[in-house]
Amino acid sequence: MKKDSVMKKLFKYIGKYWILLILSIILAGISVVLQLYVPVLFGNAIDEIVAAHNVDFTQMWIYLKQILLFVVIAAAAIWIMNLVNNRMTYHIVQDIRSQAISHIQKLPLSYLDQHSTGDIVSRIIADTDILSDGLLLGFTQLFSGVVTVVVTLIFMFSKNVWITLMVILLTPLSFLVAKFISSRSFTMFKKQSETRGKQTALIEEMIGNQKVVKAFGYEDKASKRFDEINKELKEYSQKAVFYSSLTNPSTRFVNNIIYAAVALVGAFLIPLGTLTVGGLSVLLSYANQYMKPFNDITSVITEMQNALACATRIFDLLEEPEEVKDSSEVLEKVDGNVDIDHVDFSYDKSKSLIEDFNLQVEPGMRIAIVGPTGCGKTTFINLLMRFYDVDSGKICIDGKPIDEISRHSLRKSFGMVLQDTWIKSGTVRENISFGKPDSTDEEIIRAAKEAKSWDFIRRLPQGLDTVLHEDSISQGQKQLLCITRVMLCLPPMLILDEATSSIDTRTELQVQEAFDNLMKGRTSFVVAHRLSTIRNASLILVMKDGKIIEQGTHEELLKEGGFYSHLYNSQFQAVS
Amino acid sequence: MKKLWVYLKEYKMESILAPLFKLLEVVFDLLVPVVVAKIIDIGIANNDHGYIVKMFLVLILMAAVGLSCSFTAQYFAARASVGCATNLRQAVFDHIQGFSFTELDTIGTDTLITRMTDDINQVQNGINMGLRLLLRSPFIVIGSMIMAFTINFKCALVFVVAIPLLFVGVIFIMLVSIPLFKKVQAALDRVTGLTRENLTGVRVIRAFCREEESVNEFEKSNTELTRLNEFVGRISALLNPFTYVLINIATVILIAKAGLQVNLGTMHQGQVVALYNYMAQMIVELIKLASLIITLNKAMACADRVAGVLDIRTTMHYPETASAKADPSANEVDFDNVSFTYAGAGASSLSDISFSVKKGQTVGIIGGTGCGKSTLVSLISRFYDATSGTVKLNGRNVKELTNQEIHDKVGIVQQRSVLFKGSIRDNMKWGNENASDSEIWDALKVAQAKEVVEGKDGQLDFMLEQNGKNLSGGQRQRLTIARALVKKPEILILDDSLSALDFATDAALRKALAGLEGETTTFLVSQRVAGIRQADKILVLDNGELAGQGTHEELMKSCEVYREIYFSQFPEDRAKYERGEM
Repeated sequence: MKKDSVMKKLFKYIGKYWILLILSIILAGISVVLQLYVPVLFGNAIDEIVAAHNVDFTQMWIYLKQILLFVVIAAAAIWIMNLVNNRMTYHIVQDIRSQAISHIQKLPLSYLDQHSTGDIVSRIIADTDILSDGLLLGFTQLFSGVVTVVVTLIFMFSKNVWITLMVILLTPLSFLVAKFISSRSFTMFKKQSETRGKQTALIEEMIGNQKVVKAFGYEDKASKRFDEINKELKEYSQKAVFYSSLTNPSTRFVNNIIYAAVALVGAFLIPLGTLTVGGLSVLLSYANQYMKPFNDITSVITEMQNALACATRIFDLLEEPEEVKDSSEVLEKVDGNVDIDHVDFSYDKSKSLIEDFNLQVEPGMRIAIVGPTGCGKTTFINLLMRFYDVDSGKICIDGKPIDEISRHSLRKSFGMVLQDTWIKSGTVRENISFGKPDSTDEEIIRAAKEAKSWDFIRRLPQGLDTVLHEDSISQGQKQLLCITRVMLCLPPMLILDEATSSIDTRTELQVQEAFDNLMKGRTSFVVAHRLSTIRNASLILVMKDGKIIEQGTHEELLKEGGFYSHLYNSQFQAVS
Repeated sequence: MKKLWVYLKEYKMESILAPLFKLLEVVFDLLVPVVVAKIIDIGIANNDHGYIVKMFLVLILMAAVGLSCSFTAQYFAARASVGCATNLRQAVFDHIQGFSFTELDTIGTDTLITRMTDDINQVQNGINMGLRLLLRSPFIVIGSMIMAFTINFKCALVFVVAIPLLFVGVIFIMLVSIPLFKKVQAALDRVTGLTRENLTGVRVIRAFCREEESVNEFEKSNTELTRLNEFVGRISALLNPFTYVLINIATVILIAKAGLQVNLGTMHQGQVVALYNYMAQMIVELIKLASLIITLNKAMACADRVAGVLDIRTTMHYPETASAKADPSANEVDFDNVSFTYAGAGASSLSDISFSVKKGQTVGIIGGTGCGKSTLVSLISRFYDATSGTVKLNGRNVKELTNQEIHDKVGIVQQRSVLFKGSIRDNMKWGNENASDSEIWDALKVAQAKEVVEGKDGQLDFMLEQNGKNLSGGQRQRLTIARALVKKPEILILDDSLSALDFATDAALRKALAGLEGETTTFLVSQRVAGIRQADKILVLDNGELAGQGTHEELMKSCEVYREIYFSQFPEDRAKYERGEM
């Protein structure tokens, strides 16, 4: 992405706050003009103090009172300008983050599956933060800097045209120096951020899995590895920090040269009568003032470069194409007819996975899917839920192709429990009523009793109000909660992907019973390792390498003596 | 907070030299007006072009010397700040390595990661800016005050009143805003957490059509963060106007007083100008200082969070040397009336567990969800200390063993299969750094992972992604088992680590484990009776209590809980049992 286009996009976000932007510029103008004018008034006041018995106190106090008034107005203007800038920056950042989260909800899962959570989080959080810092600095220093330059130039022109022109002509020198240094420090910055990225990855890996590190006594080795990368980072960081900090002194050096040049030329001009001594001292002090904002502006530019680099990463995420547009058609009453017709699908288009998949499911059937890992069981569920779209072929529910039904309507007709349990940080109640937020406590407790989770929920310190986070309950308990979540919704169809794998078998039997009740007359798809749980399925599909290699009931398949019967019997084999 | 100074100490010289050179630069800056005055007073007055050019060259020379001083200062500041942050980062990392499971459970890894990355970066920025600029401003302020006294004592008193007032105001604003900055960081933590949640839970959120609610919930935290940011901004934005107004009021009083003095004839106009110049210089410096202080406030809030990590002391201590020799005749593992309660939990997870295991035995542990199976095995490797009772290895209390001894002895395969970025070989060497390729292949063979590795390009050199993302769940699990086997532990613990394997692989693996040479004591935690029925001893846990122990046959006779578990998995046998055929 080009820098200009990033700026253009950024301006779209800033544009929403154009009133604040204009206000900020006006306030910057007021405060700068007053701040530049106050010294003039002080000069006037001092001029009234000439010598002993020659002090005009009334006139002096008039100036001093004016000063007090202007100072207060300037201070108020500075404060309000800061508030306005704060407001603009933080709201722009809020807007970007909100948009990012909404966008995530609409991104195709293929994108989210392929990008690490850490990377996306760091775009939304860290990069946006750096952008925010850059914007804030830009708003506060850029405007007042520019206004100071303009106002000072006006004052200077009023004193001497030629010296002023000389100053203007010498100005680009300071920019050239700044540019020269920043292009040098840029490579170091890049190396720094690369190494920092590597280090963050190591931190996430080691600290994130600290329990494994401890279990293997890997602590010292982890420290050593960290030390290596930490030292490398130190090298690059020191250079990057050092090089970039040279910009300011270097431009200041150029300023000093300009200052000296003004003194030199001024000194030659005075005897010619085109300039007075007083005029020269005013020019000198203004020359100083005129250059200062340039220092600020160059530092703002460095900061902004960093901010823009981060903005690019955010915009890349925000511009990632969304899922195919949704149909508005709603499934009214779902009978549970599922038709899968010549479906092909693969994640990596160069390697085929599911090929020519066909299946007809009558309402109320229980379909079990078994097979070795990587055979396409979970992929099949991804397709049913339209987490992914088929490459070719059709999946129909009650005769309607699923890509002609709205995603919400389709997904509402399925209840899904996955092996990979996900619990949001929040109370037990919030987690259970996730699919039906308006349910009453009675409904929740009834569902929990059916799903056999009530036993442990009851014993939690605050019952339904216990706040859960990642590791506060066991894997099996999490799974029970996920099941409760579905029990509460009573969906017309059910998908269970290893839904009871972490639950002990006694509880599982009871849960199974509840599922059986729930599933009466409802279509369900069950993926399971424990073959005991799928024995009474109406149809068992045995999958391998994306294809159905056997199908039939438990008894039929056992009789066939194929892959399934081998799998089934292996669990009873005794260990010699 | 104070603790963090230690890390700057190593860079004492740099930390002193950096501000020192900065001051030198300031001195050259301050001398410029003197030289210009000479140009006016001597050069112009005598129309001496040679003198003017000479003084011009002096100005250039001073600028050049100032530049080199500044470069030197920046160099030392960069060295000190980056060096200090590097040391600090290492210290925090090492400190975390010393945490026990209890600390890890209570702090949570997410916040540890932010503190190690974001917060320390902020501290580095703070030190760098501080070294470069923090001393410069007070130097100019105090210097101006001293110069004022040399000019006129009475007028200088204005400085004496104004400067402390200024510092009080600045410190007050700092004190108010630092805790607020911490709140902002905490709000940011929440927004980060929700972002992560939206990504990890994307399938569930979509399955339950909760996209809109998730966005709304995020929006709430996001708005709260903005509100806090604006609030802190409002207060720290006061700093700049406050100093500006205060200094100008002081200047007005100064001029008024000076007017009286001049009127009385005790002072000249030129001196008034000089006094005014010093005040003006202070204004410029103080405004710079104000924006610097905001950066420093942020850095300090972050430093506090980092120091918070360093303040946490580990609750687990290992002896330096083993106090007693292993007794070869003793049991391999003994539990004597062991109870355990997790920190902060109400109810105990294990109560009054006693059993003993002989060398070379295979122990199965079975029981309901959340009954304490994993807790029990994590006491063997001393991840946690028993709340009461003792755990013994070879007749010695685990608390008397060194960390190294326990690691050498016990190999554990945890429930969550975690692999690390790097080659398969690197991952396998976690168990034993010096393992040869053939030893690794042996372990892979036992773990039924030989075919998995053989199927990868480069075999042992195949690069795994973070968390082994480029492997399936079952493949990951087999590799984690192999990793523990490479260690050749005396005690091997498999904590429900066969759950992602299909039955055929599971059975083959258990068979291979049983055939391991040497006398490995094995603990198998499982949900499946089939997985443990051959064990020499089975422990049946029920809600943290030991409901029974013995062989499969014994338990079938004596243990109600075990029978129930068995029949839930082999329903056909229930009828047989009831008919008395078993």
